[in-house]
Amino acid sequence: MSRVTLLFCQVMVAVIVLALWQAFTTVPVFGRILLPPFFFSNPIDVFSQIVKWFSSGVIWKHLAITLWESILAFVIGSVAGILVGFWFARQPRVAAVFDPYVKMTNALPRVVLAPIFALWFGLGIWSKVALGVTLVFFIVFFNVYQGVKEVSTTVLDNGRMLGMNERQLMRHVYWPSALSWMFSSLHTSVGFAVVGAVVGEYLGAAAGLGYLIQQAEGVFDVAGVFAGMFVLSAFVILIDMAVTLVERRLLVWRPTVRES
Amino acid sequence: MVDKAKPTAVALEDATVAFRLADSRIFTAVEKARLAVAHGEFVAIVGPTGCGKSTLLNVAAGLLKPAAGSVRIFDQPLAGLNRDAGYLFQADALFPWKTAIDNVAIGLEIKGAPRGKALEQAQAWLTSVGLGAFANRYPHMLSGGQRKRVGLAQVLIRDPKILLMDEPFGPLDAQTRQVMGNLLLELWSADRKAVLFVTHDLEEAIALADRVVIMSAGPGSRIIGDWRVELPRPRDIFEVRLDKQFHELHREIWGVLKEEVMKGYAQSSQRGGAA
Repeated sequence: MSRVTLLFCQVMVAVIVLALWQAFTTVPVFGRILLPPFFFSNPIDVFSQIVKWFSSGVIWKHLAITLWESILAFVIGSVAGILVGFWFARQPRVAAVFDPYVKMTNALPRVVLAPIFALWFGLGIWSKVALGVTLVFFIVFFNVYQGVKEVSTTVLDNGRMLGMNERQLMRHVYWPSALSWMFSSLHTSVGFAVVGAVVGEYLGAAAGLGYLIQQAEGVFDVAGVFAGMFVLSAFVILIDMAVTLVERRLLVWRPTVRES
Repeated sequence: MVDKAKPTAVALEDATVAFRLADSRIFTAVEKARLAVAHGEFVAIVGPTGCGKSTLLNVAAGLLKPAAGSVRIFDQPLAGLNRDAGYLFQADALFPWKTAIDNVAIGLEIKGAPRGKALEQAQAWLTSVGLGAFANRYPHMLSGGQRKRVGLAQVLIRDPKILLMDEPFGPLDAQTRQVMGNLLLELWSADRKAVLFVTHDLEEAIALADRVVIMSAGPGSRIIGDWRVELPRPRDIFEVRLDKQFHELHREIWGVLKEEVMKGYAQSSQRGGAA
């Protein structure tokens, strides 16, 4: 399929889905409306809601809050994950002692932590950041741990024979290997940072995209819920594109950069 | 057997190497290996698959400690890694996240050489292995033979007194191996380092080396033969194989080696049957 045909087909899917949605919510079929507008709204209302948000400018504040929370969660979670991942990989005894607790914590559905974090950190951005951190941390931690553990012994021996000391091995062998594993999971960890922020906002906040959706839901404003969902997916796609750009730059040495 | 005038670069004195297996039995890989490589001498070790040739090389490199016996490097007992040796591995050992030129320059950079100077020398080495135009390629963009060339430059830029090579051209196709063999001889003849070259290819061993050492089939392999190769240098790997002397030597060594190869096969198939 050529690029033009592909694009055409992709656009057609959106057009058809939107048209059917609009039709079933406004035009009665056999005297009955199949999708009651109260529960399903309709594309035109949703679209006008989005336009209203952007033209009045209220959305920017919420977007900025969610973005800021996601960035903080990603950075803090990644730094902690890298440090602990390195530490555990280089100290197998420490790793062995903490192993059951790491597994236990990771098995916990993170949403249940939200109330605790709200109590500890309040309803501001930090409770959302904390939720995102618990998600990002484990992904980065497991990947860095794996990356340090699975350095090829030949490459390591080569480094030693070339005269590297422990510090130089760390810098030239372990570190790049761990980073490459971390970057290969960049899409997942960035995605989870956003999930943490939005879920946190949904469960209790004063601003952010999750808060916007939760507010709309509270007054049965279905158009508002859908509008919030669309803005959120556009937001995530933009972030994902930015990640792809970063990844292309950082992993040039890799045989194939994984396409998202 | 060793020329008295030249110092001994590597001396294995009754080196025995043993490993503890998972079921806590002891597996003896090499038993009482006695081998001396003079400064400037090119020695090839040939033996059947799994006879502990690489083990012996790792002992000389200081990556493995012998269970008994000793290793002397230039008459000093070896403790820890062998700092006088450069090691060319069988498997890919380049740093995949560094470009060809960075891979070569690293050997100087970790010794504290300024980066500009290291890169300059690395470029010169890449040129001498015929990869001057490939400096900015990452290893995965290079062919197997090209990666071996970068590996050779990476080792040689540090100017080690001893060169340890573990079937370095093993994964390459027959033609590329011969080209690499000639390149190796050309670089080696510039400043004859002591070379310990492990291979399973007897022809390659005779064509390259001053001496060919044969190991018996494992476990507990021993050195069972030592031949001097009197073919004139400089040699050309393509030409030397047509030499009459080459054929005679090959027949003579193969007579001994063949038996060990057969034993090696029989044992490995037995081990396979038992497991």
